[in-house]
Amino acid sequence: MSAKAGFSGFLRQDGRKGIRNTILVVYLVECAHHVAREIVYPYRKQGVHLIGFGGCYPNQYAYDMMARLCTHPNTGGALLVSLGCESFDRRGLAERIAESGRPVETLVIQERGGTLSTVEQGQAWLGETLAGLEESTPRVNMAVEDLVVGAICGGSDATSGITANPAIGRCFDLLVENDAKAIFEEGGELIGCEGVMAERAVTQELGEEILATMEKTARYYTTMGHGSFAVGNADGGLSTVEEKSMGAYAKSGSSPISGLIKPGDVPPSGGLYLLDIVPDGGARFGFPNINDNAEIAELIACGAHMTLFSTGRGSVVGSAISPVIKVCANPDTFRRMAGDMDVDAGRILEGRATLDEVGEEIFSQVLAVAGGAPTKSESLGHQEFVLTYKTFEPIGPACLPV
Amino acid sequence: MAEEQNGLLLRIADVDNVYVLLRPITAGTVLQFGGRETAYENALELGHKIAARDIAAGEKIIKYGAPIGSATRDIRAGEHVHVHNIKSDYIPTYTLDSVTE
Repeated sequence: MSAKAGFSGFLRQDGRKGIRNTILVVYLVECAHHVAREIVYPYRKQGVHLIGFGGCYPNQYAYDMMARLCTHPNTGGALLVSLGCESFDRRGLAERIAESGRPVETLVIQERGGTLSTVEQGQAWLGETLAGLEESTPRVNMAVEDLVVGAICGGSDATSGITANPAIGRCFDLLVENDAKAIFEEGGELIGCEGVMAERAVTQELGEEILATMEKTARYYTTMGHGSFAVGNADGGLSTVEEKSMGAYAKSGSSPISGLIKPGDVPPSGGLYLLDIVPDGGARFGFPNINDNAEIAELIACGAHMTLFSTGRGSVVGSAISPVIKVCANPDTFRRMAGDMDVDAGRILEGRATLDEVGEEIFSQVLAVAGGAPTKSESLGHQEFVLTYKTFEPIGPACLPV
Repeated sequence: MAEEQNGLLLRIADVDNVYVLLRPITAGTVLQFGGRETAYENALELGHKIAARDIAAGEKIIKYGAPIGSATRDIRAGEHVHVHNIKSDYIPTYTLDSVTE
């Protein structure tokens, strides 16, 4: 299946191309969250999204994530909302955004007269920025090879590994064939798959890096005393973390693995990439990712224009910045929650479609969403976002052999 | 992949020693396995696992052609295979009382 037909995107100064032109309102500590949310409220259906970091202590990972997200190809500009005394480097972040050619403004609540006055000034900035945004953003032709697509599962059950995940895998194969960048993430959900994964690496050295990463992962989750496994997973027929893993692993499809990246690393060329989400340097700040949205934010920081989300039990989440395409694995869940689901992969279980057909349908949806069609969660206004504390070392040279 | 019992059960890989239920079954259902009857006391949702043959305590459970844990006791062909009779070889599974049997 080829997809040379193009669509119109937004051209950024660094040469990257976006499929949305979202303005972000960013709180830099929980104390500024309410003010930022109030600023967004009247504009929440006009392409303005709320993201933020709750902590008062500084963290390099959180800063780098924020810089990546505020200069993501889907991001058109940002309004930073600071209380004033938190440790987040607001000046550094504002400079990075300004250097990227995007409109940016910083409001420090303590210097702007408190809540009401800051909300007024923030809304005034949004009004002006939105009015000039379309004219000031150059358009550009995009093709499938310009796309970065992430995949994740959430609310898995025993159908996920038979329908939605292998169908996403088929879509990933089509994306890689068309020279797009496809990213699947590795948290505790791939424990047990290390051997098969290492064999698919394009070089032996990359395979060894993957094995080392998986050892780190198993060690980390063992320290936490809890695998990546929720109570609902067992209700849905999954018995162990490695059973969940084998199902989750099917999302990666059958292409060779071209590289191992960490949050914020943008894949350098077309191919399949594994995203390592487990912190380096031992268990320090708690669970690697406290929920699905923390993982989606990391895929987006790696440049993902959209995320394919496989669910069996029925997750409703979307995301700020990049749309989420919900692929429902379980036909009963789809019937209960059709308004939240983009693709009915459970048809495979009932003999109403084949894996290949659903894989091609997901691929078509990727192109439609890239061309501007809203996903279900996007239409419903879902803009979940989570960012917490972590520590990462940079990836080694063997991780990106190409 | 192979379907058995009129499309009720799916064996994903040939080497698997468990089936996956393609439809829910109601409490009281009786199925034949190797000439032996198995009656199900509880309803089971689709996606749950059924032993495809007798599995000895300590033996690996194979699904997708890969080990997904070990039997914690002898399991008879046809028995429901879940957290009450298998365990992870990596990290223990956390369940609330309502989901364990």
